[in-house]
Amino acid sequence: MLTITRELRDKIVAHARRDHPDEACGVLAGRAGGDRPERFIAMTNAERSPTFYRFDSGEQFRVWREMEDRDEEPVVIYHSHTATEAYPSRTDISYASEPGAHYVLVSTRDSGTAEFRSYRIVDGTVTEEPVAVVE
Amino acid sequence: MSIEVRIPTILRTYTDGAKQVEGTGSTLGELITDLDHKHGGLGDRLVDDGGLRRFVNVYLNDEDVRFLAGLDTPVKDGDTVTVLPAVAGGATVS
Repeated sequence: MLTITRELRDKIVAHARRDHPDEACGVLAGRAGGDRPERFIAMTNAERSPTFYRFDSGEQFRVWREMEDRDEEPVVIYHSHTATEAYPSRTDISYASEPGAHYVLVSTRDSGTAEFRSYRIVDGTVTEEPVAVVE
Repeated sequence: MSIEVRIPTILRTYTDGAKQVEGTGSTLGELITDLDHKHGGLGDRLVDDGGLRRFVNVYLNDEDVRFLAGLDTPVKDGDTVTVLPAVAGGATVS
């Protein structure tokens, strides 16, 4: 289960819409061991592509170092699909490298709505989980 | 001589759970060989036939070694090498 505030959820959706038709990506940091996303960090998609994303390596280093300094961890790693459903692709699964994170996918394929779904990806296995949006 | 190497969560299975290990070498390539001797299998996760693996980021202090000299980057006592798997993916079918 992913528990997330409405504010953070809306920030992710807004980011995805803003970057459409490129894929948007980012992190929600939270206190280590707490499993609650607290801090929104939009990341640059170094690929700037409608079908692929990659965190800029220097930016990732700074963000990961900052989280360590603040005793945080990446609770959510999110990205958007711009023409397909909000479900992890084979690429998403093979590159998932934070076994403790919730992988959030947003689809902006339909301008009227934004699909927002969350998954655990561990050892190549995808498990969808419910999302609880709180105030 | 010792170089501190920070290991990401996903590779800690090779280091008995340690998030930080030590190695020696005068280049990054030598350091990785040394780490592989101490933690068997770790080398394969960092390098392949083409050199440093494409979706693994390795930093010397705070610089991505791709912008330095890759595996030939000189390393010295007191340096910190950090490994972070790239965060990537997308709709593309691989």
